[in-house]
Amino acid sequence: MTVISHQQRIASLLGLGLLLTGVALIILGACVGSTGFESVGRAWSDPMSLLIVRDVRLPRTVGAWLAGALLGMAGAVAQGLFRNPLADPYLLGSASGASLGVALVLVLFGVSPFAAQWLVRLGLTGAAFVGAVGAVLLTLALAKGVQHTLRLLLAGVIVGVVLGAFSSLTMLMVPEVTQAMQAFILGSTGFVGWIACALMGGVWLFCMVVSWMFSHVLDGLSLGEATAASLGLPLAQLRAALVVVIALTTGTAVAQTGLIAFVGLAAPHLVRSVVKTKHARLILLSSLMGGALLMAADISARWLIAPQELPVGVLTAVLGGGYLLWLMHRSGGARPGAGA
Amino acid sequence: MKTLCRKLLLCLAALASLSGSIAAQALQVTDDRGLTVSFAQTPLRIVSLLPSLTETVCELGQCQRLVGVDRYSDFPPVVRALPQVGGGLDPNIEAIVALRPDVVLLATSSRAADRLQSLGIKVVALEPKTHADVRRVLEKVGQLLNVPDAQRVWRVIDAGVTAAAQSLPATARQTRVYFEVNRAPYAAGESSFIGETLTRLGVKNIVPASLGPFPKLNPEYIVRANPDLIMVGDRNYAGMEGRPGWTAIRAIREHHVCVFSAAQSDVLVRPGPRMAQGARIMADCLQKMSGKAP
Repeated sequence: MTVISHQQRIASLLGLGLLLTGVALIILGACVGSTGFESVGRAWSDPMSLLIVRDVRLPRTVGAWLAGALLGMAGAVAQGLFRNPLADPYLLGSASGASLGVALVLVLFGVSPFAAQWLVRLGLTGAAFVGAVGAVLLTLALAKGVQHTLRLLLAGVIVGVVLGAFSSLTMLMVPEVTQAMQAFILGSTGFVGWIACALMGGVWLFCMVVSWMFSHVLDGLSLGEATAASLGLPLAQLRAALVVVIALTTGTAVAQTGLIAFVGLAAPHLVRSVVKTKHARLILLSSLMGGALLMAADISARWLIAPQELPVGVLTAVLGGGYLLWLMHRSGGARPGAGA
Repeated sequence: MKTLCRKLLLCLAALASLSGSIAAQALQVTDDRGLTVSFAQTPLRIVSLLPSLTETVCELGQCQRLVGVDRYSDFPPVVRALPQVGGGLDPNIEAIVALRPDVVLLATSSRAADRLQSLGIKVVALEPKTHADVRRVLEKVGQLLNVPDAQRVWRVIDAGVTAAAQSLPATARQTRVYFEVNRAPYAAGESSFIGETLTRLGVKNIVPASLGPFPKLNPEYIVRANPDLIMVGDRNYAGMEGRPGWTAIRAIREHHVCVFSAAQSDVLVRPGPRMAQGARIMADCLQKMSGKAP
């Protein structure tokens, strides 16, 4: 009992710490721009600086947190649902679906002004979202529902590979889109505005409530499918709901920021390396962790070689991976992936 | 016996020196990999795997020597009828070999060079990136194809760029320009091929040479630089006004945005003999926008 309450205390402390880190990083993010570090205080005297801080830097910083939070949540849900520590949010094919959507729209942009007219309304964000969610639906159709985890996993891998091949083919045939595609594949928070932030915030709230409500299914599943079924959990329906959560969170994040690597995979592991807890808390903490991780990566991405930018996906891999490796070494062979 | 031997040796030496002088007369071209490729005679069958090299061959009046091109070569229109042998980075080796070319022209970045050489095909790798490179490549290809007036062709192109620059009114020269290569956003800096053309036109580029030819910029940098004019291809233009904070940029506010068609973009971004035409396109844009009331 004391062990549980001890772990609960650590979990609360971690949550509080991650929130405070998030706030600190937002303030830092408002100060880091194309000229490197500059004080926000100057913004009040210069209208251009004010505009930049208010309409470019702040939404981008908040957007980075939200996208990271969505991916962290999706990662925790996916790892619980598939009972696999290597599961990540892109497992059901959404990444390659989104790439294909973006590639096709980029190609069509150049074909005719007529096509561009309604495509602009859909936009790259819309195309990425439709592609990501479409790919998940395709995976579900191929796996004939959500009953069999292994079948779902395999179908996801196949959809990922096939759609990925199609977008590679598109890039080869129309090389003008290659660079823009590469930017999308590496991810960028550069063009996140307030509307995108509101959208991501709404989806985050909705999905967090849903996964919080159904987190007991994930706890049951961690004991094995047979045990979970014997506990009387309505696995099929709840699994479907959690797949919807994964698709929505991943689709929204990918649409706004591109295919940001590693956040969804690493965030739950980082949380588990600190605290052992049930899924309800794990999902929330992974979400906070993912947000902090992506925001830190985004700030470094625009700081290190300002006014140029590094692709943020490169930094999430370096930061998250480096930290995870350090944790693994420090804990002397204890597996950070185990537990929960 | 001794004298016979000596005579024989002398004969051999004479023969050797003769063949040496023949070799010296044979064509030798040093390409951008630093390799010297020698040809017994002027190549008559050419495969080009880079659009700008295809254009260079045709600009020198040797279009008829092309027997195959890559799938991206589309100018002049006559080359579209030629057999296509894949792309520069993924060429169809078999199709190239089947065309029995005397020489294959390709970019240094292409992996095909080694494979083609091992099959006994002569390869000249050239990678034009700047205005100076266009001139150098013209001369190299002219030398390779034994076209004597490559220098004159260059002077015509160069004069075309100067004419485009001189056609601009003095007011247009004050314009601060942002040229977006693609929506990441990657910009064309002063040291890029496009940037060099802009410099020749006398306008200011908001991206200095110190940032490299095609830097991936923080979008905030462009908002802060507040350019008077934006040049962008239609593929990358869609949605530009909706980017956060961009409505504050003077060029967007006053609709001073030149959107180039795909065909125009090809002319602008290919470091080849159509650079004068590219300069003309940009000059037209500048003229149109400087005449337009805000």
